[in-house]
Amino acid sequence: MKNKKNLFENSIHAIFLILGLITVASVILISLYLIFAGLPAISKIGLKEFLFGSEWASTREDPKFGILPFILTSVYGTSGAIVIGVPIGFFTAVYLAKEARPAVKRVTISAVNLLAGIPSVVYGLVGMLVLVPAIRKAFGIPDGAGLLAAILVLTVMILPSIIKVSLTSLEAVPKEYEDGSLALGASPTETYFRISVPAAKSGITASIVLGVGRGIGEAMAVMMVSGNAPNMPALFRSVRFLTTAVASEMSYSSGLQRQALFSIALVLFLFIMMINAILNYFMKKDKVD
Amino acid sequence: MNVFSIENMNLWYGESHALKDINLDIEEKSITALIGPSGCGKSTFIKSLNRMNDLIPNVKIEGNIKYKGHDIYSPDVDVNELRREIGMVFQKPNPFPMSIYDNVAYGPRTHGIRSKAMLDEIVEKSLQNAAIWDEVKDRLKKSALGLSGGQQQRLCIARALAVEPRVLLMDEPTSALDPISTAKVEELAVELKNNYSIIMVTHNMQQAARISDYTAFFFLGELIEMSNTDLLFSKPSDKRTEDYITGRFG
Amino acid sequence: MGNSDFSARRKAYIYTMRFLMIASSVITCVISFSIIIYVLFKGLPNISWELLSSKPSYISEKIGILPDIVNTLYIVLATLIIVIPLGVGAAIYLTEYAKSKRLTSIIEYAAETLSGIPSILYGLVGMLIFCQFLGMKTSLIAGSMTLAMMNLPTIMRTTQESLRTVPMSYREGAFGLGAGKWRVIRTVVLPCSIDGIITGCILTIGRILGESAALLFTAGFAHELNGLVKGLQSSGASLTVALYVYAKEQGEFEVAFAIAAILIILTLIINFIARALGNYFKNRGSN
Repeated sequence: MKNKKNLFENSIHAIFLILGLITVASVILISLYLIFAGLPAISKIGLKEFLFGSEWASTREDPKFGILPFILTSVYGTSGAIVIGVPIGFFTAVYLAKEARPAVKRVTISAVNLLAGIPSVVYGLVGMLVLVPAIRKAFGIPDGAGLLAAILVLTVMILPSIIKVSLTSLEAVPKEYEDGSLALGASPTETYFRISVPAAKSGITASIVLGVGRGIGEAMAVMMVSGNAPNMPALFRSVRFLTTAVASEMSYSSGLQRQALFSIALVLFLFIMMINAILNYFMKKDKVD
Repeated sequence: MNVFSIENMNLWYGESHALKDINLDIEEKSITALIGPSGCGKSTFIKSLNRMNDLIPNVKIEGNIKYKGHDIYSPDVDVNELRREIGMVFQKPNPFPMSIYDNVAYGPRTHGIRSKAMLDEIVEKSLQNAAIWDEVKDRLKKSALGLSGGQQQRLCIARALAVEPRVLLMDEPTSALDPISTAKVEELAVELKNNYSIIMVTHNMQQAARISDYTAFFFLGELIEMSNTDLLFSKPSDKRTEDYITGRFG
Repeated sequence: MGNSDFSARRKAYIYTMRFLMIASSVITCVISFSIIIYVLFKGLPNISWELLSSKPSYISEKIGILPDIVNTLYIVLATLIIVIPLGVGAAIYLTEYAKSKRLTSIIEYAAETLSGIPSILYGLVGMLIFCQFLGMKTSLIAGSMTLAMMNLPTIMRTTQESLRTVPMSYREGAFGLGAGKWRVIRTVVLPCSIDGIITGCILTIGRILGESAALLFTAGFAHELNGLVKGLQSSGASLTVALYVYAKEQGEFEVAFAIAAILIILTLIINFIARALGNYFKNRGSN
């Protein structure tokens, strides 16, 4: 009787252990697949040629597989979005955490939640039909699709992450810190920026890193507004990101070209793992602070 | 007859030696009160008697704890059966977030009773035995969380009685209650001892003096002395017991 | 006191900061609301019963999005059915069973890593594992499995959070009555944390509805109308993928906007439900 019960409880324990380990298994599986799918092309093309080659012509008779344009586009594109998005997100977060009246806060937070919920293809669509023509007209260029349009779309898409994570961190700052500063005669606004913000700096940094991750990983919206030509990045030039390089040729690729796409995915994956590690560091630090 | 006899019991939480060399017998169908200052080990002790300490990591127990002559820590003991026979009432009333009826029926259902008629009977009898039937009989299907603290505690006693235990362990059952509810629970305990053996941890020496037959005094993890309640309160044999019951510390 | 130069500088600082805060918040709100209003304005007039209730036909040159709606529904259903047991189970393991701190932190780190991986990579790996290695071909079920892997951390985290709020005393009470561990979990702990599980499901539904990159290579582009079983085995476009195809490849912007409007409305509904549920559970918790 007792043995039967023990067997039952032990089997259930084992089942939950297996379910618990599925996340770990998934991470291992994803890593292994990306590594094994990504290495062959790199070894054929040569690491240096692959990473630092500035020409990508995968379907030419004499194909070239240099992904430097994609790497630089992803880096520039994400940096651009961070440069514009972080200040907006940061000031919004401070305002929401400390100054905004409850009604204003509620409305603004639902606006942020809506931004976070809009599917990326919808961003892409609006970008294609509003932003791209606007850029074309404003700067008098033949096609508005390019790096600038992608940066602007990414800026909007990373805003919610930045605002939400910073907000959580700012709201967790103990009120005593602020009271101390107010009691010394500092105004509320000075207190927020000189006391609360430094106290929440790990969380705010984490929000920026999270934004970088989102920006580097976004594919669909960027694909719809960036023009997709494998050029070296320039603000008004049609460009291709690491993500869109994978997506745009996958459906008709074969042979070495297809393997090279997997290698691009591997490079992207390594970028993301690095960002995750940094993110994790700041998130942990924020909890400890 | 003894329900429990404990020999040379030692208990460690990780490194800290929480109970030291406890030797103690507990008489059947009586109330045994465990008193002593906070952190003296009395709660830890009572939780060893139905192996609730198993839930805490890093607990190590040595020695013999015999329930009706059988070592409860021996490998062939079914913990769930043991806990059915040795019921427990906790410091803070902890009814489940279910109806009053489902709270009381939880134990019997756990042990395999499915028949509606039988459950109805058990629920009614248990609530009557816990002296709360009249207060709740018209709202058995309402949430137990709507009851007052005192009612919740008596419901928890009913819940414990529903599995027909032999022993009731009560871990400071009135510490979260107001004086009127406390009196009701005390009255109930005295009534219950006709059929059950009750072991009660209490912070309140008047309570121990009022209702218990035997009292054991714990201090810094040791059992200082145990005797007939009247004797212990009138003629304590140890200086520390005397200091404690006369309010010199704790 | 009295140092007017200093106080002027202070004032300038305060005004600048206040201006920046308010301006940023206004920008955020304006962007959000104008995108939504713009999409609804452009999309709603294009939603017709015919569009919603038919499938595309090259012969009569008309476009209908019924298959895409149905596919989306299938994907949502299949993903939830796969991901809920996995995510809830993992959360139960972590909060109720796991004793080793090391293992717990490894699992949690894995979950965080999963939630950081971009969806295009999920699409790629899903294609390699489910479509090719496991032989499911490009199909809705392969897409759903990919999305399940992607949403595992969400369900796991929300469930874990609400399992943690179940008072220890409930567990003690049930153990004290002689209930076995699984019975305690099933009858006391899980019912108390149902709110977290539901919240996780709502968040997941929202993410599935908006997902496209992970489905591109796993679920495909077809616009066929199928029953559930056949549908799961065959390729099909979700609403988002259909939007992409109509906008980018076919230049059918009216249809694209109609789909975008539908997606926005669904997003609004999901946000509303999430908030309403959050309030409901909070109120119930305080009673």
